[in-house]
Amino acid sequence: MIIATDCGSTTTKAILIQRREEGYRQTFRGEAPTTVEAPFEDVTRGVLNAIQEVEELSGRQILDGETIITPAADGRGVDIYISTSSAGGGLQMMVAGVVQTMTGESAQRCALGAGAIVMDVLASNDGRQPHEKIERIRHLRPDMVLLSGGTDGGTISHVVELAEYVAAADPRPRFGAGFELPVIFAGNRDAGPEVERVLGERTALHLTENLRPILERENLGPARHVIHDLFLEHVMAQAPGYSKLMSWTAAPIMPTPAAVGRIMQAIARRRGIDVLGVDIGGATTDVFSVFHTAGDGQSDPADSGAQDSAEEGPTPVFNRTVSANLGMSYSISNVLAEASLENVVRWIPFDIDEADLRDRIKNKMIRPTTIPHMLEELQIEHAVAREALRLALVQHRELAVGLKGVQTERTLSDVFDQEATGESLVDMMVLDLLVASGGVLSHAPSRAQTAAMLVDAFQPEGVTQLAVDSIFMMPHLGVLASVDEPAAAEVFERDCIIYLGTCVAPSGDGKPGDLCATYELHLTGGPLREELRCGELRLLPLGEGEEAEMTISPARGRDAGSGPGQEHRAKVRGGVVGLILDGRGRPLELPEEAADRRARVVEWSGALGLYGEKD
Amino acid sequence: MAHAYTPGLYVTPHTILRRTRRLPLKGDVLAAPGDTVERQQVVARTELPGSVSTVNVVNRLGITAEELPGFMLKAEGDEVRRGEPMAETRPFIKWFRTTVESPIDGTVDSISPVTGQVLLREPPLPVEVPAYVDGRVVEVIEDEGVVVETRGAFVQGIFGVGGERYGPLHMLAENPGEPLAADRIDDGCSGRIVVVTGLLSYEAIDRAREVGAAGVIGGGIHDRDLRRLLGYDLGVAITGTEEIGLTVIVTEGFGEIAMAGRTFEILRECHGRQASISGATQIRAGVMRPEIIVPDLTAPGEAEAGEGSRGGGMAQGDPLRIIRAPYFGRIGRVGELIPDLRPVESGASVRVLEVEFEDGSRAVVPRANVELIAG
Repeated sequence: MIIATDCGSTTTKAILIQRREEGYRQTFRGEAPTTVEAPFEDVTRGVLNAIQEVEELSGRQILDGETIITPAADGRGVDIYISTSSAGGGLQMMVAGVVQTMTGESAQRCALGAGAIVMDVLASNDGRQPHEKIERIRHLRPDMVLLSGGTDGGTISHVVELAEYVAAADPRPRFGAGFELPVIFAGNRDAGPEVERVLGERTALHLTENLRPILERENLGPARHVIHDLFLEHVMAQAPGYSKLMSWTAAPIMPTPAAVGRIMQAIARRRGIDVLGVDIGGATTDVFSVFHTAGDGQSDPADSGAQDSAEEGPTPVFNRTVSANLGMSYSISNVLAEASLENVVRWIPFDIDEADLRDRIKNKMIRPTTIPHMLEELQIEHAVAREALRLALVQHRELAVGLKGVQTERTLSDVFDQEATGESLVDMMVLDLLVASGGVLSHAPSRAQTAAMLVDAFQPEGVTQLAVDSIFMMPHLGVLASVDEPAAAEVFERDCIIYLGTCVAPSGDGKPGDLCATYELHLTGGPLREELRCGELRLLPLGEGEEAEMTISPARGRDAGSGPGQEHRAKVRGGVVGLILDGRGRPLELPEEAADRRARVVEWSGALGLYGEKD
Repeated sequence: MAHAYTPGLYVTPHTILRRTRRLPLKGDVLAAPGDTVERQQVVARTELPGSVSTVNVVNRLGITAEELPGFMLKAEGDEVRRGEPMAETRPFIKWFRTTVESPIDGTVDSISPVTGQVLLREPPLPVEVPAYVDGRVVEVIEDEGVVVETRGAFVQGIFGVGGERYGPLHMLAENPGEPLAADRIDDGCSGRIVVVTGLLSYEAIDRAREVGAAGVIGGGIHDRDLRRLLGYDLGVAITGTEEIGLTVIVTEGFGEIAMAGRTFEILRECHGRQASISGATQIRAGVMRPEIIVPDLTAPGEAEAGEGSRGGGMAQGDPLRIIRAPYFGRIGRVGELIPDLRPVESGASVRVLEVEFEDGSRAVVPRANVELIAG
């Protein structure tokens, strides 16, 4: 019997996990407003309220006054209580490296993988004047600073220069007025003593292993562990009510994104596949990916176990990015500002006045907890969600790259390819599974809407399975995995993940109506042989647990996974939505003329039965 | 759901209010418990460290970083004046001497024998915190600030831009929702806080700014007008530091919306009285709404209002406002609190409640789309 909570910036969600005959199951769920801020200023109040709701729904007593009853006995209490947290704005960090695209980027990946929001990346070559850097550090007031730079035995002066800027800014942390800012130094080990001289007395300095000891290798694990420790010791301990909360939990409180990242990596590892996951919230959107590469020194040592792997074969590389101002309520207006009005409007299946749309979106921003009552309002939110997801993926692609500055051996053909190091690892053609999470995706009135938002925004190519987190419990399971991984895995497969189906989308483009591909689907009733036309979207029934062999013969110049024009065979898996055949091309282009565009959007919506068209 | 929590805004003619006035860094508190303070009276003061300038002395002198301390004329902590030599070479022939002068007035913050840089710090910048409202100091936060208690009318808006300002309230309408021609805002509005009860147009705000009004309050504003006012598209609702010449507060939201009747009544009652207003809005992490405070220290205070938005349980008969289409802006009362999830037109099954409108009609709306309005 396990109770787990996730203290989000707005709501605290509690789930109850019980052992049944078939294994561990998630049984009840409760939620309550998070109470980190005034007037309560005690996170445990919201936790108790959420647990109280679980008590009422399950009929089981879990609380004795304001205490969680542990261990379970006589039909009361739970065995373990665990929690994640992103309340109070999550973990906000500033990182620094000598060269922006090398140690700067590695430091950024390190902090993001630990579940932080990276407020800024300082680098010796970032083009800013020293006083601008100092002002920036002082102005941002991060929870923590990660200072890196220099390979071991490399530059010292540039690293010390960065330390001097931090010292000059004399930044104060967000929480706790009389408390020193935690700074982690994970750069050139030879610079350690100098950095200590500069920062030792002014900050709470922690020295750890270099996160880029040589250009060809990242070593993000040790710094990431220090970030987690400091998150608990300093940041969490300063936030209202967290000292009490920490005394209740059976395992360290984990930043929510770190817990979700852990689950994504577990899926990739268990099934040996490439995974892309997204968690879209009210304020931020997180994108997680695990792609297997030939191995260029990158790895996620914390969780994949692949550090310094001597094993043959591709290495799984984990990346996480957070788009701090892309979200569906607090940040909804920023999606409009960043994506442009035209890009949002293109997904709306009816005519709408620009001023009206702007006012509606701003009203959602200032009243973030409201929900669409009318269908039109839902369609507007789904249009915004597509753009938020698209932009979040753009940002993820930019950071989820191979190590830059690495010398690679090139064959003659590589020279003709002109490929540089630092290519994005995100390859939508090889991607196996796309996992969605977060309110607008998990709570869409129909799962087909979720699938459509994923396909339109991420534009998977070839054959890609789609799934959604049923009620947003990946954070809970991520932290549970740190205590009992088999239990977390069981609940994940049985109650957390809902398979939507598979999307088959040949890449390339063609004139609407031209042949995109012919396909043969081997179903139990016999083979189905059909043609897919360019610009067409089609849904075939293939239910949960069903699988079928599929042969796709793309038209010339189009690729379904085996190369342009090449026949591709794959096993496609069904789900609650079915098999989506997408002949619209990649990249997906919509007609420029408004009436044509709306007609296409309505046609695609009808093909998937998104808004009751098939009822 | 164990409790039907719902957001809500304070709109009340009489209340007791406390405002914490805190310095960004530790400093001096200038008031004592029990002191009566006025809105613009400084209650705490400190100095922010000055900006930092960097001078790469080793490059200028053509020396190595390790040699730097030997060439400095100033030590860490020394004061320097703009143009004053702070490092120089000592050649045999004085004519070849190279000098590095300070680019600012300030002090030497650090001299680095590793990077060869000298960091100079400008003089500290004074920061003063005013009392913001007329009232009495009820608590002193050592070295940080005070808590001021006041009593009077208190209205929270839904969104604002611009910081803290003061002036007499100046009602320009007879009824809620009246359209206002910008030319009704005249020189008589100078230094005042103008209240418009319908749409706040860009032209009206611009006119108010032109005549020197301290602030302007309205029912709604179009986003396109806000964009024109700010010069950019506001992405995230964190405001309060805009320098647009006045403070703007809307009580209802974006679009052409009439000010709620109760808000209008309270502001009309306060016409001509001194008010303290703040446009600061922060919706994420620690909700902060813009506010209008009209102190009346002789009035009896009723229920105490906290510093944040109000929220709490919802009961049958409670007055509420609907805050999303299709009934956006309509006022009613809580009817039946339907316990089961019910499908709404969007197709989602959600928690709902029945609303009884003032004209006797009824509608079922998502609970998330209402806010309590009684103060």
